[in-house]
Amino acid sequence: MSTRAPAVPARPAWVMARLRRLVPTGRGLAIAAPYAWLVLFFLVPFVVVLKISLSQMVIAQPPYTSLFVWEDGLLPAVRPYFGNYGWLFQDPLYWIAYLSSVKIALLSTLGCLLIGYPMAYAIARARPTARALLLLLVVLPFWTSFLLRVYAWIGILKNKGLLNAALLATGIIDQPLNILHSNAAVYIGIVYSYLPFMILPLYATLEKLNPELLEAATDLGARPWKAFVTVTLPLSLPGILAGSLLVFIPAVGEFVIPALLGGPETLMIGHVLWDEFFSNRDWPVAATVAIVLIVVLVAPIVLFQRQQLRASEAMT
Amino acid sequence: MPEATARTRPAPARDGTSLEPWEDPDAEPYVRIEGVTKRFGGFAAVDGVDLAIYRSELFALLGASGCGKTTLLRMLAGFEQPSEGRILLDGQDMTELPPHARPVNMMFQSYALFPHMTVAQNVAYGLKQDGVARREIRRRVDAMLELVQLGAWARRKPHQLSGGQRQRVALARALVKRPKLLLLDEPLAALDKKLREQTQFELMNIQDEVGVTFVVVTHDQEEAMTLSTRMAVMDQGRVMQVGTPTRIYEFPANSFTADFIGSINMVRARVLRIEGDTAILETPELTCELAAAHQGADLREGQEVRAAVRPEKITAHRDDTGGAAAPARNTLRGRVRDVGYLGDSSVYRVDVGGERLIEVTQPNVLRSLAREIDWDDPVVLAWAPQAALVLPQ
Repeated sequence: MSTRAPAVPARPAWVMARLRRLVPTGRGLAIAAPYAWLVLFFLVPFVVVLKISLSQMVIAQPPYTSLFVWEDGLLPAVRPYFGNYGWLFQDPLYWIAYLSSVKIALLSTLGCLLIGYPMAYAIARARPTARALLLLLVVLPFWTSFLLRVYAWIGILKNKGLLNAALLATGIIDQPLNILHSNAAVYIGIVYSYLPFMILPLYATLEKLNPELLEAATDLGARPWKAFVTVTLPLSLPGILAGSLLVFIPAVGEFVIPALLGGPETLMIGHVLWDEFFSNRDWPVAATVAIVLIVVLVAPIVLFQRQQLRASEAMT
Repeated sequence: MPEATARTRPAPARDGTSLEPWEDPDAEPYVRIEGVTKRFGGFAAVDGVDLAIYRSELFALLGASGCGKTTLLRMLAGFEQPSEGRILLDGQDMTELPPHARPVNMMFQSYALFPHMTVAQNVAYGLKQDGVARREIRRRVDAMLELVQLGAWARRKPHQLSGGQRQRVALARALVKRPKLLLLDEPLAALDKKLREQTQFELMNIQDEVGVTFVVVTHDQEEAMTLSTRMAVMDQGRVMQVGTPTRIYEFPANSFTADFIGSINMVRARVLRIEGDTAILETPELTCELAAAHQGADLREGQEVRAAVRPEKITAHRDDTGGAAAPARNTLRGRVRDVGYLGDSSVYRVDVGGERLIEVTQPNVLRSLAREIDWDDPVVLAWAPQAALVLPQ
């Protein structure tokens, strides 16, 4: 090229670019907002709980020793106490409570899946006008307080409650069933309370499913149930997984439902934690129970979910 | 496919010695659609359709969207039940059979490939449902993928393929069970133009090779004309005409077919008299008298009909001499109002003093930058009586 570009000093533009990078952009702020939320309301409380779990119980205000001890030097000395974690391993009560919680949560999740899948499928296949109404019915219970709804189950399940009255009146049973204050009542309560969390993600995946895929399967010789097993079920796995996690994670730590509906044999870690905190006033052990719950259950689940998410993203 | 016997398309019956099956009164149709009607509420999507399709045909159902062609195809597949009538395949009544029990496979417009399965698993799906032995499945899937040139892609997932490749997977999946009848719903609609033309011929070659009877639904008349042995033109749930592409284009049975397929100049006309095999007509829309070969149609003097001629069958040449507006039968003098250059041909719209412009297509035989006929040029249009059509009102 014969024409030369006029000699413009390159430096001002370079400096401006540097300066501009310091000013937050709208995009940066939008991305920062959820992270700020997580740091403030998840990470900070988590660190506080972690700190308490590394201290010892004292009769004082607050009721635990400080992690940092100010001595002669400029910096405080860190005096972590790991005895609480050792204690958790020694006393079988905790391990039984963890396992029992996981068992109750798993069976409840399975119950939600068995009841929720047909419901989600029916809603996804309903006429578009009916769909909105059916979805509204699914979320309608949220308009009433969670606590009230669990209390209502006491009225239904107790010995002279609605269920027993109905069964006795129809002559199906002649002795009232002792459901309330048993594990059965806890299962009923958890499945009832968390069913919408299973239905909604399942509905979202089933509704997106191209009905032509099912037609293609039957056209290729698959009977309807075979088409369901080989096409619908694998393609709704992301929804099954999302719904199961939404039910399983809160169910493991559930406190209100076992406290109100459960009986003496009901042992759940949420209840153990509550006892440590309020009855024993042993904050360090209560904090340790919470930390172990997160590490043992939630961390692997989150990792698993992220990996599944990546797999499903690659598929569609 | 090694099993398929090599088959060549029968030569057209030019000398009249070899009959196409549909010309042979003794030939037994492979697919019979008898008086099939499908109603949705009070609306008849398919209305009393009778069709006979012969073995190894590539039969096209052609029509605008909403004409009922897809509903008819879905009834052949078993996804819809006819409200009336019955469907027979190879002598067997299929009307009551559910889709999974029919020896019929379909290639969907969206292809409907299973996104969670590889190409090979997609193709193997139908064979697995039939409980074919694993080794046999492998052999047939490999052979089928070879046929559609996707052998190297067997382990890919559908989302890793291009549109043309997905189309071929869908075809392979539908063909691998060797159905008696293969249904194709707008098989080429999702491909771009260049690929579509190439795939058209591939599809014909594959059909020749496997010898399966194809029924293709399409709204694209070019696609129907190139692909099919015969086609049915549909409108509002009814079959307007069935025939070879040539017959439908050159001898449309009614004004709907004439107008729907290709371009045509059509006018209202009245029969003046019959002169041998030629009908002499007059029309209020044009100044000249018309002569058209009537092809044995039953015409009376004074009958109201439609006269038509296709744009490429009219010759146009420049004429600056001036003279009568209608110098002779089938001859008109006019002025060019529009010129459309298409590369291989040019379209002229000529004002001949009537209500509408006459469309004329001329092939561009020579390479030239100058237009032989340009805007506002005076031209003389002429056509032979054999080029013109007389259609019942």
